[in-house]
Amino acid sequence: MSEHIVSPKVYIGIFLSLMVLTAATVAAAYVNLGPFNIVIALAIASVKATLVVLYFMHARYSPKRTHMVIIAAVFWLAIMLALTLSDYVTRDRDMAANTQITTMLRT
Amino acid sequence: MHRTGELYGQFETLEQQKESAALGMWVFLSTEVLFFGGLFMTYTLNRHYYGTAFGVGSNTLDLKLGGLNTVILILSSLTMAMSVWASHVGKRRQTTSFLVATLVLGTAFLGVKVIEYKQKFDHHLVPGYHFQIDYRAQHPAPNDDPKEIEAEKEELSKAFAKDPDLNAHAQLYFSLYFGMTGLHALHMIVGAGMLVWLIRQSMLGRFTPTYNTPVEMIGLYWHFVDIVWIYLFPLLYLIDRHR
Repeated sequence: MSEHIVSPKVYIGIFLSLMVLTAATVAAAYVNLGPFNIVIALAIASVKATLVVLYFMHARYSPKRTHMVIIAAVFWLAIMLALTLSDYVTRDRDMAANTQITTMLRT
Repeated sequence: MHRTGELYGQFETLEQQKESAALGMWVFLSTEVLFFGGLFMTYTLNRHYYGTAFGVGSNTLDLKLGGLNTVILILSSLTMAMSVWASHVGKRRQTTSFLVATLVLGTAFLGVKVIEYKQKFDHHLVPGYHFQIDYRAQHPAPNDDPKEIEAEKEELSKAFAKDPDLNAHAQLYFSLYFGMTGLHALHMIVGAGMLVWLIRQSMLGRFTPTYNTPVEMIGLYWHFVDIVWIYLFPLLYLIDRHR
């Protein structure tokens, strides 16, 4: 069988990296970086998630079919987030504009 | 009859049979991504609108317990991965021990979560009629650090100045806190149930280097639940920690 067996050394290495990244994300939260706090928190979380998917979940050693499913999952999630946000984050401005127009029409 | 890893008629090789199982599991996990995704979407929108209230809510969470739980859960992912390895190389006893370790760590995680939920009930931070964001600042317990209570009072008065509807908006934060950690905990409970079954099967010696698909599949599920927590931890516990 061509199955890949991941050695415990790799697992322990990944575990230690995850611990370091957890410490880093807590430390970064105590520094005021304005809007970049959330960017850094999500970036670190995504690196951690990628490590878990690639090594703990063996995605690195899986066939391309599996890669396709993983990419599709992330892509669908991105569609939901991007399309919904493109509505909501532009809505405030429209609502403000609408209120202005209504006020103008009233006077 | 129980399965021992024989080749089923619809597959050409054992390898193909195993890959099909993994593919099916990944398809299930991608539906789980979207299941949790809806909550993450709701979270993103509400945090976008009510950032102040989310910061205040986040600061009431116990970072020590949250951090401890993160370590416990990642450690449980390691023991799960080790059990998959042990089953691949045919170490039956180690497979069982690592599965038991995973179950113990998973249960410890849920235990810590219970302590955290209890604190929220005590501090009137459960959404509903009795919700009061400044309850702890107004009614400090005798063992609370006075400095901490002062800092909390100051933070609250600043937050109320920015957002007069803080009490309502903080309830949105706590609804999402309980909803997201609750759904995550439910997944942990389901995972723990499957681990009990796996441990039983492993003790009966059902897993061999040629047949260990259940260990691997439940492993994938367990790691997925870990990934959800990897996102929940910074999003719920680490907003505006620098006050």
